[in-house]
Amino acid sequence: MEFLATGFFEEYIVPKFNYWIYVILMMIGLFAMITKNNLIKKLIGMAIFQTAIILFYVSIGVKAESGIPILGHEQHHAIVEEGQPSSEVIKKDKFANPLPHVLMLTAIVVGVSTLGLALAISQRIYRSFDTLEEDEILDQLRPGGHD
Amino acid sequence: MKLFGFIAVFIVGSVLLVMTMDFPGWGDTSSPASQGQVSSFYIEETINETKVPNMVTAVLADFRGYDTMFETVVIFIAGIGIIAVLRTFSDHSSPAPDEPEEDNEGGDLIIRSTCHLVVPLIQLFALYVVAHGHHSPGGGFQGGVMLGTSYILFALACGLPAAKKRMGERRAIIIAAVGIIIYAGWGVACLLFGGNFLDYSSLDPLLPGDAQMARSHSMLAVEIGVAFTVTAIMFAIYSNLATRGRLEKGL
Repeated sequence: MEFLATGFFEEYIVPKFNYWIYVILMMIGLFAMITKNNLIKKLIGMAIFQTAIILFYVSIGVKAESGIPILGHEQHHAIVEEGQPSSEVIKKDKFANPLPHVLMLTAIVVGVSTLGLALAISQRIYRSFDTLEEDEILDQLRPGGHD
Repeated sequence: MKLFGFIAVFIVGSVLLVMTMDFPGWGDTSSPASQGQVSSFYIEETINETKVPNMVTAVLADFRGYDTMFETVVIFIAGIGIIAVLRTFSDHSSPAPDEPEEDNEGGDLIIRSTCHLVVPLIQLFALYVVAHGHHSPGGGFQGGVMLGTSYILFALACGLPAAKKRMGERRAIIIAAVGIIIYAGWGVACLLFGGNFLDYSSLDPLLPGDAQMARSHSMLAVEIGVAFTVTAIMFAIYSNLATRGRLEKGL
């Protein structure tokens, strides 16, 4: 218990709270996708799941004491106009890795596309079955089921 | 069902949490993501190779050009899919004669006036975000979404029929296709000038400046293509979802 109270908390939770948040969010989304009966609730779970992954990648890209991966005006001017070598002007520690941001831009776009298409399909399902509850839809789909 | 779901979620969550013990801490400067060779290459060489200060845009539109092109195609396919799934052409509705004018009037006077004031500003800022995407935060996706939301705002305030006059269904699909044609056509132009597909530096003779500047200009062109597609598809998604595919009166 002593171990749980101090060492564990400071070593595994405080410096890695971003991972805890992402895991909790992701599990909320997964739980909604598995157990909820309503299709819209499932979609909300899917959206939370995607957000958790985005949070995971962006938090991995965080680098202490560094800014966004965009060069300032002076640096841009010094390299392009005055021809100074980039390795001298750019301090690598001052810029975050751009790759996680690029990948998450992709993920956001794909997330919007899947969410839009899923909403359209669920709207179509509602038009055909007059319900978005999964069990009622399955009832109607069953051969002997009431229509 | 709920119990099984909870057990599964608990197991997966525990495994993921145990895994995070080996992950680098928050903001760790020596983590692989921050210290890798790829990271240093992008940070140091982007400006030499492309003369673009925004590394995110440079990686997105140049180094990972294929990825972004097919991402645009994904959006396009999603829009086409939504139209294919939802769109219905109701033959029974012969709208009452006075209905269309009423729709064109839209909502309240204050809402309409504000909308007419705000929409041009949103669109102007969206164009700035697209055009300046390789120098400051922004780019084709962001600017395209902003342009799309300006149309959505217009449709919310003044009614869908009025918005459809500006961005009809046929026009939206054509604009979306034109965006992809711009992007892919730019890649084909690189082929015609003797480079690889989407190797922008081969467009040097066509564009002002040297080969690095050609890559910078090409990024702008490609982002404009992306913005076209995203704008049209965002509005198509909204208008189909809001009217259950009938594209009549809207919310």
